[in-house]
Amino acid sequence: MPGVGPRSAGLIGKGLLGIYLSALVLLPIAALMSKASTGGAGSFWREITSPEALAAIKLTLAASAIVVAINAVFGTLIAWVLVRDEFPGKRAVNSVIDLPFALPTIVAGLVLLALYGKGSPVGINVTFTRVAVGLALLFVTLPFVVRSVQPVLLELDVSMEEAAASLGARPLTVIRRVVLPSLVPAIVSGIALSFARALGEFGSLVLITGNLPFKTEVGSVYIFGQIQNESLPSAAAVSVALLFVALVVLALLGVVSKRWSRHVL
Amino acid sequence: MRTRRTVLVLCLPIVLGLAACGSSGSSGKQLALVAYSTPKSAYEALIPAFQSTAGGKGVSFSQSYGGSGEQSRAVANGQHADVVNFSLEPDVERLVKAGLVSQSWNQNATHGFVTNSVVVFMVRKGNPKHVTGWADLVKPNVQVVTPNPFTSGGARWNIMAAYGAQLKEGKSPAQAEEYLKQMFHKVVSQDSSARNSLQTFLAGRGDVLLGYENEAIAAQKKGSAIDYLVPKDTILIQSPAAAVGSSNSATQFVSYLVSPAAQAIWVSKGYRPVISGVPGSSKFPTPAGLFTIDSVGGWKTVSKQFFEPETGIVTKIEQSLGVSTSK
Amino acid sequence: MSSSGPGVVSISPPAIRSAPRLPASDAQRTARRAARARKLGLRTLALGYLALLLGAPLVMIFYRTFEHGLAPVWNAVTAPNAVHAFWLSIEVVAISVPLNTIFGIGMALLLERGRFWGKGLLGLLIDLPFAISPVVVGLSLVLVYGKTGWLGDWLAENGIQVIFSVPGMVLATAVVSLPFVARETIPVLREIGTDAEQAAETLGASAWQTFWRVTLPAIRWGVVYGVVLTTARALGEFGAVSIVSGRIEGQTQTLPLYVQDRFENFDSTGAYTAALVLALLALGTLLAMNLLTRRTRGRMEA
Repeated sequence: MPGVGPRSAGLIGKGLLGIYLSALVLLPIAALMSKASTGGAGSFWREITSPEALAAIKLTLAASAIVVAINAVFGTLIAWVLVRDEFPGKRAVNSVIDLPFALPTIVAGLVLLALYGKGSPVGINVTFTRVAVGLALLFVTLPFVVRSVQPVLLELDVSMEEAAASLGARPLTVIRRVVLPSLVPAIVSGIALSFARALGEFGSLVLITGNLPFKTEVGSVYIFGQIQNESLPSAAAVSVALLFVALVVLALLGVVSKRWSRHVL
Repeated sequence: MRTRRTVLVLCLPIVLGLAACGSSGSSGKQLALVAYSTPKSAYEALIPAFQSTAGGKGVSFSQSYGGSGEQSRAVANGQHADVVNFSLEPDVERLVKAGLVSQSWNQNATHGFVTNSVVVFMVRKGNPKHVTGWADLVKPNVQVVTPNPFTSGGARWNIMAAYGAQLKEGKSPAQAEEYLKQMFHKVVSQDSSARNSLQTFLAGRGDVLLGYENEAIAAQKKGSAIDYLVPKDTILIQSPAAAVGSSNSATQFVSYLVSPAAQAIWVSKGYRPVISGVPGSSKFPTPAGLFTIDSVGGWKTVSKQFFEPETGIVTKIEQSLGVSTSK
Repeated sequence: MSSSGPGVVSISPPAIRSAPRLPASDAQRTARRAARARKLGLRTLALGYLALLLGAPLVMIFYRTFEHGLAPVWNAVTAPNAVHAFWLSIEVVAISVPLNTIFGIGMALLLERGRFWGKGLLGLLIDLPFAISPVVVGLSLVLVYGKTGWLGDWLAENGIQVIFSVPGMVLATAVVSLPFVARETIPVLREIGTDAEQAAETLGASAWQTFWRVTLPAIRWGVVYGVVLTTARALGEFGAVSIVSGRIEGQTQTLPLYVQDRFENFDSTGAYTAALVLALLALGTLLAMNLLTRRTRGRMEA
């Protein structure tokens, strides 16, 4: 562009990027931390240990943990079947895996309610129960482990497994000793993403769980309620607590650093 | 050349963004109505009726509905509004304090109220649990649904109806508080608005839903399988509306809401009128023990005593629920 | 599998794929049958799980939408608020996706081609929206741009309404869909290396020309894939927008918010119709993702 030297263009570009990042992420997070700490550490602690908040946090952590465990198993299984098996319609099935990612969470909640709530075609009614929380979370976190494991499975050298088999190892042993170790990093990565997603899930839960405090109210719904109640410091405190957990999990499982240092997904 | 085209293309989102900023403002005479959750179907009839009057010609409306407390706070926090219609007075008073509504908003014949209603019990069709009065709500096999009193105006009416009914039955304030505590232990859901709690009830939760008479009537009209009964002792729900700012059309709309024509529309939607002589108002039974919020102290006192975020009676009850291990 | 018997078991895959057609021993037949049974079992388990979790909901949306016939669906689709919600969703996406695309490419270039300390931190910031609940995104935006927020006074003085208005919704949508283009572009940038770019520079191309003529074409499929992901995320956003929108019918309801509104007002057909539109958009996005995946990174199934 005439009149604008490369150096100043670069600087303007970086400046604009910086402004965008600040407006969208830096400022809001800073405001959140600031709000959470109005009243000091003591008040922060009190907010997140208030009975309803604690119950919501506990439910969120427990439900997310159970759900990611199930995902680890079924996600790997589904990835295995998609990579190693052949059957008609496999391509269609493979595409649909990403549906929970593309579908708005409120729509997911609506159909889960239709399927497993009052008037359910299969006669199940799990509305207002913790099972509903689990179901919704299972739906929205489905793609993560599958999509994490698939590329790794694809690149896996089949010959290792066949060598093990030819040496007399039973299929289960082959899986356990040869395949799984190579998959573990991918599974862990998928688990971390699932967990972070499950911790913050909101839209799919509002309709089916009834948001009963102490029973089916998860962290994000509690925060929403506190915002409506105008108890912003409390909302911010619990938000920061959940965010902290998510970041710690992500960091511990090395997801963030790994992604920025090697080609994953 | 290509560079210039690229730059133009990249500017498109900014242009669209500015256009969005512009379009979200109002052009021409537009009134922003911000209301609580239940009167939506009433306004579907009221707005066209207003627009056919002299004062309403050429006026268009935007509408927003939600929990009364929630909506009131949103307006106080900057949500644009020209006319507000909330479930209870304190939600308008909040806007007076914020300088958005004039101090004299309720200096008129109806004291600022545009509709009346009463708290009723909604039950499953046929009333299988044989609920007849407040005493039944604390029976072991009965579950109660009522919204969250910190976001929903309707919930506050429910609670004060329960409390006032106890006083009317001759109980002391301490005993009435004890009743509230027991009742809250039977509450199985606390949605953010009266409308949401109706949804919850219809989805199969609970045995008794406390709520507005007009909601019960509306639900029945929509074919929901519920019955409702007006308890002998219950509170008169008086819901206010006010103009925000000093727009002429807004004031005219608020005045219209208490005109005979408008009151007839309210009645057809299940609301009790605030003026006399409205056709159809005789269909509403008058409970023997009907009382108003003034007989339990008025909203100013009640808000502080019951709903203060740290020290209110209801706040304390809610917190004590967390400790209980029942269910 | 047993190692006894005359069957040749070599360790190179092609040999296994075209297994020699020697007469199989009983042990091998049993083993193969067991393997087939296992395979079938796994397949059934996986597909059953998917049918329950994914298939049933999809079927349900279609069923519930058309449950009462076509006429109610037509009414629902043409209802003014529905149409407005649809276009508002499109508008919000049309603004936030290009902004995030420019940002994503810019950030990718900065992180892969730039030289400075703190890259890890920058990467973390960009990834942050993944770890935040949409509700928290909405809250943090209100804390900055709301009437009582950090910028509240300045915005009020200049007559700009962010929260409870469309700009706020665009902002919320942009935040939650921020990382995708950057995430997808960075690995591609890394893979293509700097050779071509350096060659262009030695030939006298300006920085812009290098970017436009050399870099961008090379990363375009990563960018496009990132744009598809961003669009999908932006279209479906609910929680964050719910907080900043103000619920003004016909003005600040995106399609997902409209679904909730219809549901709360007993309009089952209206809710499911809007849900169906969103589901169809989602399926369209899946199709795009599928086509692009095969083009950029090989097939996801063997």
